[in-house]
Amino acid sequence: MRNLTLLDGQKFQVTIQRLCHQLIENHNDFSNSVILGIQPRGIYLAQRISKELKEIIPSTQIQNGILDITFYRDDFRRGDSPLVPNTTQIDFIIENKKVILIDDVLWTGRTIRAAMDAILAYGRPEKVELLVLVDRRYSRQLPIEADYIGMKVDSISSQKVVVSWEETDKEDKVVLVSENV
Amino acid sequence: MSEITQRLSSKHLLGIKDLNAQDIQLILETADTFKDVINRPIKKVPSLRDITIANIFFENSTRTKLSFELAQKRLSADVVNFAASSSSVSKGETLIDTVNNILAMKVDMVVMRHPYPGAGVFLSKHIDAQIVNAGDGAHEHPTQALLDAFSIREKLGAIEGKKIVIVGDILHSRVALSNILCLQKLGAEVMVCGPTTLIPKYIHTLGVKVEHDLRKALNWCDVANMLRIQLERQDIKYFPSLREYAMMYGLDKKLLDSLDKEIVVMHPGPINRGVEISSDVADSKQSIILNQVENGVAVRMAVLYLLASQK
Repeated sequence: MRNLTLLDGQKFQVTIQRLCHQLIENHNDFSNSVILGIQPRGIYLAQRISKELKEIIPSTQIQNGILDITFYRDDFRRGDSPLVPNTTQIDFIIENKKVILIDDVLWTGRTIRAAMDAILAYGRPEKVELLVLVDRRYSRQLPIEADYIGMKVDSISSQKVVVSWEETDKEDKVVLVSENV
Repeated sequence: MSEITQRLSSKHLLGIKDLNAQDIQLILETADTFKDVINRPIKKVPSLRDITIANIFFENSTRTKLSFELAQKRLSADVVNFAASSSSVSKGETLIDTVNNILAMKVDMVVMRHPYPGAGVFLSKHIDAQIVNAGDGAHEHPTQALLDAFSIREKLGAIEGKKIVIVGDILHSRVALSNILCLQKLGAEVMVCGPTTLIPKYIHTLGVKVEHDLRKALNWCDVANMLRIQLERQDIKYFPSLREYAMMYGLDKKLLDSLDKEIVVMHPGPINRGVEISSDVADSKQSIILNQVENGVAVRMAVLYLLASQK
């Protein structure tokens, strides 16, 4: 096993801030926008982004929700282990809102496909955008791309990209894990 | 969902007897997420879209059948319904033949209610599909026990350490046995209460208390589950008259208000108003009868989802 750190420390922080500024460019005061973090790992990035946005523009009231996609996945009964559902928490109406969907890593695109299905169960948003911290390029299995990207990574399918967070894992970093190289 | 296993230990749901406490916890926690799903604007998820389920009812049912069917439809499963009264069973077809014919139409799961105890177990040994027992005679009714447990947990926060009394026709009740097993596995204390003729002789071997005085039983408990008098199963007279039964074992508002503490009142339905429970109790704040019905759909979704995910 070999671990290669792709992003940490100040660079990590700068990346988050850049993503926030890009969001502000498109969403102004977020009065008609909502943030949805995808369970399980996207919720930490969503929390960080909304915290950072509030620091940059203290007057913003950003609505923040978490979305579980388990029941919308396309690999039910196809994997070795059962799919275990998580909580969904959306305490606002997303009809006609601009939804910013947030996940830590974009890889095959299947999670995002499921997330778009899941969102539609809550209403018809005006627009859905995708923000990811890491885009694993050239590995998509569906025609899905992100609107906001923290960093792009070239990797092979046997490798894993792991994002850890200060809140839960003591350190902000992005690590590329390769097995038996 | 940290400490518990993420897979049921059984391929079928034949009775609470086959489940362990972890299985029950897993079902209840999964039901939490499904309760959230059925309260959304769009109450349907696509999880079971490639699964076909046959509901085979050899005995009448309103709630259970509707509840299963709604659960299946909200999981996007394909559903075929079969009621024995309107089928070839009346022409003399055997249980295995009937079910094998339905399976030949490529069904993945069978939800069955049958008047004979053990019908589900019998079927599971002879056919390939997964079986969910929706009531077999006076034996078990596992999904009812699970939804009762879910409703108690929702109302009181936990089941462990709670005192639950099951009142009425214990002898003919499948709900009673499943409830006793389920609640005990979750750490509750269970008492049964009713006239001597309606309490099975060796019930104390299950580790339940037996009480014949309704007032004493109610003063002991946190939750009272009032069972229906199953007249259709009673071949002989077990008590002099319904009126006398209602006077001695019926729960009315006056009795409820005179208790030392506020208890929760449950009923698996259908209610015989004025017999085991009076109308003003059934419709009171302490009654969670309609919550039980709502939770039934969520719990059955959880059961079907967890069984289906085992392939």
